Amino acid sequence: MTVEVSVPKLSLVVLVGVSGSGKSTFAARHFAPTEVISSDFCRGLVADDENDQSASHDAFDVLRYIAGTRLRRGLLTVVDATSVQPADRRSLIELARSHDVLVDAIVLDVPEEVALQRNAARPERDFGPHVIVRQRNDLRKSMSGLAKEGFRRVHVLRGVAEIDAATVTRERAWTDRRHLTGPFDIIGDVHGCRAELETLLGTLGWEIERSGGRAVGARHPEGRTAVFVGDLVDRGPDTPGVLRLVMGMVAAGTALCVSGNHEQKLSRALAGRKVKVAHGLEESLAQLGGEPPEFVAEVRRFTDGLISHYQLDGGRLVVAHAGLKEPYHGRASGRVRSFALYGDTTGETDEYGLPVRYPWAEEYRGRAMVVYGHTPVPKTEWVNNTICLDTGCVFGGRLTALRYPLRELVSVPAERVWYEPVRPLDGPGRRDPGVLAIGDVTGTRYVESRYGGRIKIFEENSAAALEVMSRFAVDPRRLVYLPPTMAPGKTSARDGYLEHPDEVFAEFQAAGVGEVVCEEKHMGSRAIAVLARTPQAAAARFGVDDGSAGVVYTRTGRPFFSDPALMDELVTRLRADLAPLWETLGDWVVLDCELLPWSAKAGGLIREQYASVGAAAGAALPEAVAALTAAAGRGLDVGTSLDRVRRRHANAALFRDAYARYCGPVDGLSGVRLAPFHILACEGRVPAVEEPHAWHLALLARAESELIAPTRHMVVDLAAEESRAAATRWWTELTEAGGEGMVVKPAFFPPGRVQPGVKVRGREYLRIVYGPDYTESLDLLRGRFLGRKRSLALREHALGLEALHRLAEGEPLWRVHEPVFAVLALETEPVDPRL
Amino acid sequence: MLLTISTTARPATDLGFLLHKHPDRVQEFGQSFGTAQVFYPEADEERCTAALMLDVDPVRLARTRGRTAPDFSLGQYVNDRPYAASSLLAVALGDVFRTARAGRCAARPEAAANPLPLSITLPALPCRGGPDLARRLFEPLGWQVQAQAVPLDPRFPEWGDSRYVRLALHGEVRLADALNHLYVLLPVLDDAKHYWIAADEVDKLIRAGEGWLAGHPDRELIARRYLGRRRALQRTALARLAELGDEVEETLVPPVEEEAGSRPPDEEPDPQPVRPLSALRREAVLAALTDVGARSVADLGCGSGALVADLLKRPEFGRIAAMDVSVHALAVARRRLGLDRMPDAQRGRLELFQGALTYKDDRIAGFDAAVLMEVIEHVDPPRLAALERVVLGLARPAHLIVTTPNAEYNVRYEGLTGHRHPDHRFEWSRAEFAAWAHAAAERYGYDVTFRPVGEPDPEVGPPTQMGIFARAGREQEGMGS
Repeated sequence: MTVEVSVPKLSLVVLVGVSGSGKSTFAARHFAPTEVISSDFCRGLVADDENDQSASHDAFDVLRYIAGTRLRRGLLTVVDATSVQPADRRSLIELARSHDVLVDAIVLDVPEEVALQRNAARPERDFGPHVIVRQRNDLRKSMSGLAKEGFRRVHVLRGVAEIDAATVTRERAWTDRRHLTGPFDIIGDVHGCRAELETLLGTLGWEIERSGGRAVGARHPEGRTAVFVGDLVDRGPDTPGVLRLVMGMVAAGTALCVSGNHEQKLSRALAGRKVKVAHGLEESLAQLGGEPPEFVAEVRRFTDGLISHYQLDGGRLVVAHAGLKEPYHGRASGRVRSFALYGDTTGETDEYGLPVRYPWAEEYRGRAMVVYGHTPVPKTEWVNNTICLDTGCVFGGRLTALRYPLRELVSVPAERVWYEPVRPLDGPGRRDPGVLAIGDVTGTRYVESRYGGRIKIFEENSAAALEVMSRFAVDPRRLVYLPPTMAPGKTSARDGYLEHPDEVFAEFQAAGVGEVVCEEKHMGSRAIAVLARTPQAAAARFGVDDGSAGVVYTRTGRPFFSDPALMDELVTRLRADLAPLWETLGDWVVLDCELLPWSAKAGGLIREQYASVGAAAGAALPEAVAALTAAAGRGLDVGTSLDRVRRRHANAALFRDAYARYCGPVDGLSGVRLAPFHILACEGRVPAVEEPHAWHLALLARAESELIAPTRHMVVDLAAEESRAAATRWWTELTEAGGEGMVVKPAFFPPGRVQPGVKVRGREYLRIVYGPDYTESLDLLRGRFLGRKRSLALREHALGLEALHRLAEGEPLWRVHEPVFAVLALETEPVDPRL
Repeated sequence: MLLTISTTARPATDLGFLLHKHPDRVQEFGQSFGTAQVFYPEADEERCTAALMLDVDPVRLARTRGRTAPDFSLGQYVNDRPYAASSLLAVALGDVFRTARAGRCAARPEAAANPLPLSITLPALPCRGGPDLARRLFEPLGWQVQAQAVPLDPRFPEWGDSRYVRLALHGEVRLADALNHLYVLLPVLDDAKHYWIAADEVDKLIRAGEGWLAGHPDRELIARRYLGRRRALQRTALARLAELGDEVEETLVPPVEEEAGSRPPDEEPDPQPVRPLSALRREAVLAALTDVGARSVADLGCGSGALVADLLKRPEFGRIAAMDVSVHALAVARRRLGLDRMPDAQRGRLELFQGALTYKDDRIAGFDAAVLMEVIEHVDPPRLAALERVVLGLARPAHLIVTTPNAEYNVRYEGLTGHRHPDHRFEWSRAEFAAWAHAAAERYGYDVTFRPVGEPDPEVGPPTQMGIFARAGREQEGMGS
C-alpha cells in the first residue's frame, strides 16, 4: 500500500532515522536539492570531512542557521540528520516555532540489518555497528512520545518497501487563499448589528437570500466575494441573525470570514469551557438561548473552524481581525494567532483598564495591504498600507466596508447606539503620525522604480543625505518630490561654442524621438511647489495640519524662504493665481518651476563668489594692462602677455555682465516670479508621464499673472530642417540677448533610456559656470565627460517619477519618502557640478 | 596676479641687481599652478619698477589636476586666484626672488644690506579683516600704508565692499625684508583654505620672519593664520550639495566645536572667560543625570563628543549612546574620544552612530535618560513636533534633559546681533521654553521642571536654560528593569 506523506507547503520537515536508513535517498527523491540541509554536508563545510564527529556541534550550528534563514524567507526546509534523540528534535522544533512555521516529522524505520549492511557498503563510514545499534535504541525509545513533542504530524514509514513506495505531497496552508483574486468587499466588525449589515450589503449591490423572512445568504451579481474581519458576534441586538447570514454566505462560497477574539471566546463558551462572561458575550449567549440546539451546534462548528487570517490575491491582501505584521503573513503559530485575534499590545493598560495597543501599523513596511478591525476608530485612516474598518457600529458609529482592489470605502450609519462603549469612541486619534523610521533611509539601499529598475544607493551617500534632509529640508510629508539633475547636450565642436542646439537635436533624433519641445531656461532657481486648494485639502492629503496650504522648496528640499510669513504669502498668492487650474487638477498639485530672479535665493553666492571674482578682476587687470603697456613702451617684448591680459580684461567685463543679469531687486515677494513648466502630479494622476509637454504649457499659460511667469517655448519637428533651424535661431537670439539658454525635451514621455531633458546653455551664461576666460580654453573643456552625469540624470528621473506615482496612488509616507531621499543621496555623488 | 616694487634710490636700476632680474629682459618662471613673469614697466636712474605678474589659468588647472590640486579653491573654475595677490603670488615671489629674499647680492652688497626707499603696490589683495588689518600688520614693520577697499560691484553699490584691498606701501626698508614681509603676510591676509600645509611650514615661517616677526605685536595672529587651520576632514559631499543648492559652502558646515572647551570668540561671547559656558552646561547636565539616578544615557546630538567624554569618565554610566546627524561631527568625536584605542571595558559602554531626531530610531529606546544639549534650537520649528514624538513618544527615556539658550540673556552679550550661532533656527525666552516644554510633557505623559545653567542675571535670567522631563508614573512600572 502506498503511504501518502502530506507536509505543509511552508514548514520544517525533520527526517528521523538511523544512519543507513535511507534518509538522503528519500530526501533526494521527494525534495529539491536546495530544500534539503544535511548534517553531513554541514560537517563537511566546517571540517572538510563529512564524517568528522568532533565537528558535529559546529555543524549543527551551521545547519540551524541555514534552515532558520530559509524559514524566515518563507521556504520549505528538510533537515537530513538522524534526529533520533529528543534533544536534537527539540532544537529543531524550537527553530520552526521561532519562525512561526509548522514542523512535521518523517520517520524512516528500517530493520537493523538493512542499516548495518548499507553502512558496511560505505567505507568512509567507519564508526562500526555499535553506533547503529545505539541509534536504533534511541529511536525505539522515542517513538511513543514523538507525537507529543510538538510536531504537527508524525509520518512513520516502516520497512524498505513502504519507504520506497511513499509519495510526498505539499498541502496549502489554511491561511493561504492567494489564488483568490476577488474582487472583494471587506466588511468591518458587525457585532450583532444585522440590520446595518443587511443595509451595507444592499448598498454594496449584494442580493440577500431569505428564508422565512430571515436572511440566510447573499450573493453579488458581479461575483464579488465578501470578507468579514471577525467580531460578528456579541454586544449587538441580533448575533444569531448575523451568524445565520454570514454562515450561509461562507457555506455558499460567497464570503470568507476570519476569527475575531469574540468568536474565539464564544466558541469556548459554547464548548462548555470556563470563560468570563463579559464584553457583550452575555447578549450572544442569551440570544442563542432562544435558538434551536441544531443552530447552536452549527454556530459552534462555524466558530471553531474560523482561522486567524487569510492571504489573498497573490499575497497582495491580508485580512486579519486585529491586523498582522509582515513576518507573520501566512505563518502558523500560537503567537501569530494571538496577534491576529488580539493585536499587539504594550503590556500596559490604560485608564479604562483596557490594554494599550502597540502601534504596529506605524512600523508596517510590507507590500501587502492589511485590512482589519478590532479597535473602534472614529474615522478610517490608511496607515502604511493598512486600514482598520471597525468604525464602532454597535457603539452608534458606522459599519464600514472596503472595496478591493479599488480601495474605496463604503459605510452605513448605525441605527442607534446598541451598546455603551467603555472607552469614548472619539478617543485619541490614530492618524498616521508621519514619523519615518531611520531604517527607511540609511545604509546601502535598493529602490525599486517602475521606469529605472532597481536603483542602488550607497551607504555613504545616504549618510550625507540624512544630514541635509534632517537639518535643512522641509517636512517630509510635503517633500514629495525632488527634481533630477539635468545633463547638458553633447559637447559642440563648433568654433567658439561649448554647447549648441545642433548636437542636441541630432542626439534626440538618433534616439528615435520625432518631436521635441524647446523651453527657455529661466534665469532663476529650480523650485518645486506643492500646493493644495485649501488648508483643509492640504491636511487631508499631506497630513500636515498647521493651517498652511503648501510649500515651495529648492532642489535640495530647503524652503525657499525661511520666513514663514513670506512663504505663506507666496503659497496664498500661488493658490489664488492657479484658480483657473484647480478645476482640471483637483484638490492638490505638485509643480516643477523656476523661481526668479536667481538672486532671490543665491544672493549670497553671487556676492561672495561671482561678484568677488569680478571685483578682483576689475581691480587687478587694468593695472596689469598699464604695467605691460609701459613695459612695451620701453621696447620690451611683452606683446603676447599684453594681448592676453587685454582679452581677459574684456572677458571679465562680460562675466560681470553675465551675473548682473541674474540680480533683480527683491523685497519680500515683490520682484519674485515663479515660472511653472511641468505639472508633476495631482490627485490620482501623474501628468508628468501621462501628458505631452504642450498640454502642460498650455494649461499653465492660463494661470499667468504678476507672480506666475510664462515659459516661452517652441515645438520642433526633428525631421524638418526648417523647424530645427528656426529653433536654433531662437536659441541664438535668446542667448545673445543674455539669456541662459534652453532645455530640450521629448514632446511626449519617451520610453526607454532617453534623457527626459537636455540643456543647451548660452555662450555668455557659461562664463558664470566655467569662469570668465573659459572661451580661451574651449579645447580643454571639450574633453568634459558627460556619461556619469547622464546616467545620474536617468536614475534620478526614474526615482522622481517613482515618488510621484507612489504619491498619486496614495501610498504611505515612507514609500514616497524612499525615492525622494534616494534622489538627494544620489546628488551627493561626485559629478562635475559644472555640467 | 600683480605686484610691483619700485625704488627711487639712485641709481634706481640697481633694483635689477638686487632682484637678480635684468631690467631690460622679460623673464618667465614656471610654477606648478601657472607662470610667473618678471618685467620692468619703468627703469631709469630716478625710478625703477619691477613687476611680478602671475598667470593662473583655473580652467587648465581644474582640468588637469582637479581636486587633487594643492589649494582646494583651484578646483573651481570661477576663481579669484587669476586676479588676486593671493597666497599663490606669495609662493611665486618666494621662488622667483629666492636669492633676493635671502639678502644676498654680490654685485651690490651695500644696497642689499641697507634700507632703500621702496614702494610696493598690490592692486587686488584678498584681505580678510579689511584695510584695517592690512594697516595693523604692515605699519609696525616701518611701512606707510595706503589701503583701500575695492567695492564688490559698482553697479550694485548696496552690496558694499569686496574682500579685496588695493594696497600701496611706502617706506625705507631693506629689500630682503620687504620681500619676506610679503611672503609671510600675503597668505596671512588671504587666509584662504590651505591644504598644502606640510611639516616644514613652521621652519619656513621662522626663516622668513627672521628679524621682524618676533617683535611684531600681532605675531600670534600671523602665526596662526599662516599655518592655517588644519582641516583633516574633507566635506566634499556637503560641498557638492552646496554647489548645486546655490549655497555658499560655509553655511552648510555643521556646528561642531573645534576644540574642547574653547569656542571661536565670535561664536558665543562669554563675559567670564574663566569658566566657559559650555563647561558649565556640561556640569549642569551631569549633575542632573546624577540627580535622576541615570545609569544609561543617550546623548542625542552629541556633536564632537565633549559630554560623552565626561560620561565615560564616570563608571556609573554603564551604557552610553552618542548620536549625531553629522558624519563630520561623529568623525571628530571618534578621534577626540580615541575610539580606536579605547580599552574594551570602556568601549563596551559606548555606542556611537549617525541618526536624525526626526526619524524613529530603536537604537535610542530604553535609556534611563536622554540628553538634548543645545540641540533643539538647531531644528526648524515646524519639525519640533516630529522630534518630540521620536524622543518623548517613541524612545521614551525615563528622563530627558534639554538645554537651550535663554534668549533674554542675549542683551548681556556685547556686540551680539541676531542669534548666538548662525545655525540657530530660534532662541527662546524662559517663558517660551517653558510653554513648549509643558505642552510636550503633557502630550507624552511627562512632568517637567526647570533649572538655570550659568550665573543667573537678576533681570534676564541665566545664559542657558534647562528642562528636566520625568516620565510620569514610571515608579510603578517595575524598578527592576
